[in-house]
Amino acid sequence: MTADQIIFLLCAALIIVSALMVVTTRKLIHAALWLVAALFGVAILYVILQAGFLAVVQVVVYIGAIAILFIFAVMLTRREMLDKGAQTRSNWWLPALLGLLILAGLIFLIIGQPAFGRTAAAMPEGVDTLRNLGTALVSPDAFVLPFEVASILLLAALVGAVYVASGNKE
Amino acid sequence: MTTLIWLLPLPPLLAFFVILLFTNKRKALSHGIAVGAAGLSWLGSMIIFIRALGVEEFGKHVFGSSINWLPTGSTWLKVGVQIDPLSAAVVFFVAWTVLAIFVYSIGYHNFGQPKGDHDVAGLPPHGTTITEHGHKHTVPSIEPMYSRFFAFISLFAFGMYTLVVSDNLLTLFVGWEIMGLCSYLLIGFWFGKPSARDAAVKAFMTTRIGDVFMLLGIAFVYSFTGSLSFSEIFKPEMLQALASTPAFFGLSAAGIIGLLLFIGTVGKSAQWPLHVWLPDAMEGPTPVSAMIHAATMVSAGVYMVIRMFPLISAGWTEGMPLNTTMSVIAFIGAFTALFAATIAVAQNDIKRVLAYSTISQLGFMIAALGIGAYVAAAFHLVTHAFFKALLFLGSGSVIHGMEHWVLHTDDHVDPQDMFNMGGLRKKMPITFWTFLIGGFALSGFPVLTAGFWSKDEIFAEAFGNGHLVVFVVLAMAAFLTAFYTMRQITLTFFGEPRTKAAEHASETPWTMTVPLIVLAIFAVGYGWVGIPEHFPGLGGLIPNWFHEFVGGTLAELPKAVEFSWVPLITSLCVALGGLFFGWLVYHKVKSPKQDFLQIPVLKNKWYFDEIYNFVFVKPASWIAEKFTSLYMDQTVIDGLLHSVARFSLFLGHVFRNYFDKPIINEFLGDGTGNLVKASGSGLRKIQAGRIQYYMVVSMVVLVLFAVMYYFLIGGM
Amino acid sequence: MSIPLSWYLILAAALFSIGLFGVLSRKNAIAILLGVELMLNAVNINLVAFWRYLDPVNMAGQVFAVIVFAVAAAEVAVGLALIISVYRRRKTVVADEIDLMKW
Repeated sequence: MTADQIIFLLCAALIIVSALMVVTTRKLIHAALWLVAALFGVAILYVILQAGFLAVVQVVVYIGAIAILFIFAVMLTRREMLDKGAQTRSNWWLPALLGLLILAGLIFLIIGQPAFGRTAAAMPEGVDTLRNLGTALVSPDAFVLPFEVASILLLAALVGAVYVASGNKE
Repeated sequence: MTTLIWLLPLPPLLAFFVILLFTNKRKALSHGIAVGAAGLSWLGSMIIFIRALGVEEFGKHVFGSSINWLPTGSTWLKVGVQIDPLSAAVVFFVAWTVLAIFVYSIGYHNFGQPKGDHDVAGLPPHGTTITEHGHKHTVPSIEPMYSRFFAFISLFAFGMYTLVVSDNLLTLFVGWEIMGLCSYLLIGFWFGKPSARDAAVKAFMTTRIGDVFMLLGIAFVYSFTGSLSFSEIFKPEMLQALASTPAFFGLSAAGIIGLLLFIGTVGKSAQWPLHVWLPDAMEGPTPVSAMIHAATMVSAGVYMVIRMFPLISAGWTEGMPLNTTMSVIAFIGAFTALFAATIAVAQNDIKRVLAYSTISQLGFMIAALGIGAYVAAAFHLVTHAFFKALLFLGSGSVIHGMEHWVLHTDDHVDPQDMFNMGGLRKKMPITFWTFLIGGFALSGFPVLTAGFWSKDEIFAEAFGNGHLVVFVVLAMAAFLTAFYTMRQITLTFFGEPRTKAAEHASETPWTMTVPLIVLAIFAVGYGWVGIPEHFPGLGGLIPNWFHEFVGGTLAELPKAVEFSWVPLITSLCVALGGLFFGWLVYHKVKSPKQDFLQIPVLKNKWYFDEIYNFVFVKPASWIAEKFTSLYMDQTVIDGLLHSVARFSLFLGHVFRNYFDKPIINEFLGDGTGNLVKASGSGLRKIQAGRIQYYMVVSMVVLVLFAVMYYFLIGGM
Repeated sequence: MSIPLSWYLILAAALFSIGLFGVLSRKNAIAILLGVELMLNAVNINLVAFWRYLDPVNMAGQVFAVIVFAVAAAEVAVGLALIISVYRRRKTVVADEIDLMKW
């Protein structure tokens, strides 16, 4: 067991445990906070995978924006659903079963593929992933179009969210 | 000439159609057409008769023609007309009597009188009240169905002419049946009276029985000889074959055929045992009685059997004992003559006496034929036609005279009952004298009347050929004939009027009395054409024209019988004796109580009607009403149908309630609807509106598909 | 790097399943969105792992992950805005109670 593996396993444990707490905890605010922890774990994973930019983006966007949004939403809707009583639906066993089945199926498929057993090759010399990512995002022969479309999507989402959430005029 | 013969039956037929279709409402025109038609046929008959007289040996050179009518394989059935001596003599008297009766009918049905007050078609006219000289009295009214009467008797005349001129059994039978129909129509002329309706049916049914056998005989003739024409049947070879071929019951073919045809005559000419219809036929108007019972219909029966004499007597010659058929004929004729005469002496209705008298006289003719006296039978046929028609028309005149009083006063006196009459000779002289002549002719009053000569000839033949039983029976019948005739004349015309009706009787108009006079002339004179040659005194003065003429019809002229005093004396005795006794007994009798001959068994016609009713009519109606109608038709057949219907209903019920409704309607029909509804209302709950529900469902499906994909299509 | 690819993939699968469970079984609408976020993160892990292990030179993997980030952010924004709007009207954030579109 190399050091990477141990780190990975610890990180994986963090993620899994946090995720489980997200979906099972009674208090909603706790769930949001556990989400932060899970996202954090994912960021660490990105670092291990040598995708440093993505790790930072993860922290900044996901934790810094999205999770905060969640906390805001929880607080704004707090009065209604008190954190008492069951937080899961009465037929939770069916989704659990489904989840397990899907998990089992996926694991089965993954293990069945010998190609997935390999380890990572070393990163080639002189590859600057950050620079390459930047270039790819704005280069016309690369992914400028999806990039622009994504920005339009964000614009639309912005406008939509503002409009929907304003709710002044009926 | 032969064209004229073909045309003889035509005028009355045309008169029938014209009256029926066009002139029904116009009485004068109708009787004019009818009498005109009868006159035309009379004229044609006279021409033919006179021409026939002029032909030498007419029997061998008859007038006739025939046409091919019905193709039967390679041959033809021929029909045609023929006038030979027999039919010439018959057509002579038919023409005269028919014309006389037609003219008489005009007066009888009160032409010229006003319409009745409350006369209905179907009942005899009741008379109408007119106001004359300030006071009302009833006069006879015209018959409501006047034109119809003339149409019917025209049809009747057509039937008789057809029968007489035909040269074959087929058209003879056609005329025969037409007359049967007309007798039904005319006896039931006053159809409002139930007794008339019953009498008409009885006449038709009884003659029908005879006709069936006659038709069998005709069929037998055809099947044996292949033809129905007289000339073919009476060929000597054919007769020889018929006589020698054995047929049923030990008789030869000729015998059986003769017997069958004779049964037709028994029905039509009212011989015992089929005599029951004739007295009841008096329900019809008197001209009808004259027509049917004197001039035409019953004469047709005798004419037919006289015509078929060669067949009946095939194999027999004079001097031989009679063959079976002839014996039967002679027996029935003689028996009927005596039988009917015994009934006639006890009848009080003037027409009934004449009816039984007709039956009796027909018996004479048939007995004569049965013993082989061809000419005598024909002679009596002709003379009887004249004097019987005379007597009937005379009785009609008497009844008319009596009815004046009946109409006048509504006094319900039977104008036909002789015991209500009396002294009419002063009131109705013409009727009296003509009736007297007719009555004497019927009785056989010597020399002066035709009846004497014809009856005497029958006696002579019977005695001379050794048929003594027949002779004695006929003599007794002749005695009774004279007796009841004189009884009738005495009660009606002599003495004092016994009722007011008789007191007020008056003579009838000329349309009725002139025919009486004409017929009386014939009743007297016709006998002189048949005086036998060897008659003492008178014989030989005038040749026996009738014997030569009519006898020529047969292949060989029959020999005239030898003269013998016995039959002559017998006939004189019975005739004069009967007349004398009749006057003696009855000129004192004033009421039926004094009449010793009102014996119940005679009055009730030897109870034959009751016997027939019991033996035939009641079982027949039982079979019809109870057995066939009730048991078989209603119970069995209808029962079968009803049970089929009930079964169908039951099946229908079963199908409806156990199959259609539950299975098809509820299960299939409503069931599918309900199924869809249920599944719809079940399935719609999928649209829960809850997102997580949708997502669970889609995840389940995804997993399922993934599993299916992996296992069925193969791994990744 | 001695971590086999399959470990990353299994981790992603597990995270995905947990997220799925959360989506399908939580009553609160916001909790449902939390589960969606987990699932998106699992997808991202998958993408980046594949990028690193198969072809780190080609940036398509990371670009894809970046786009996913953008989409996730947009989606969360709009979704929460919707939930707040619904909360204002219906005074409820329980997903099962928002069932106007039912039969």
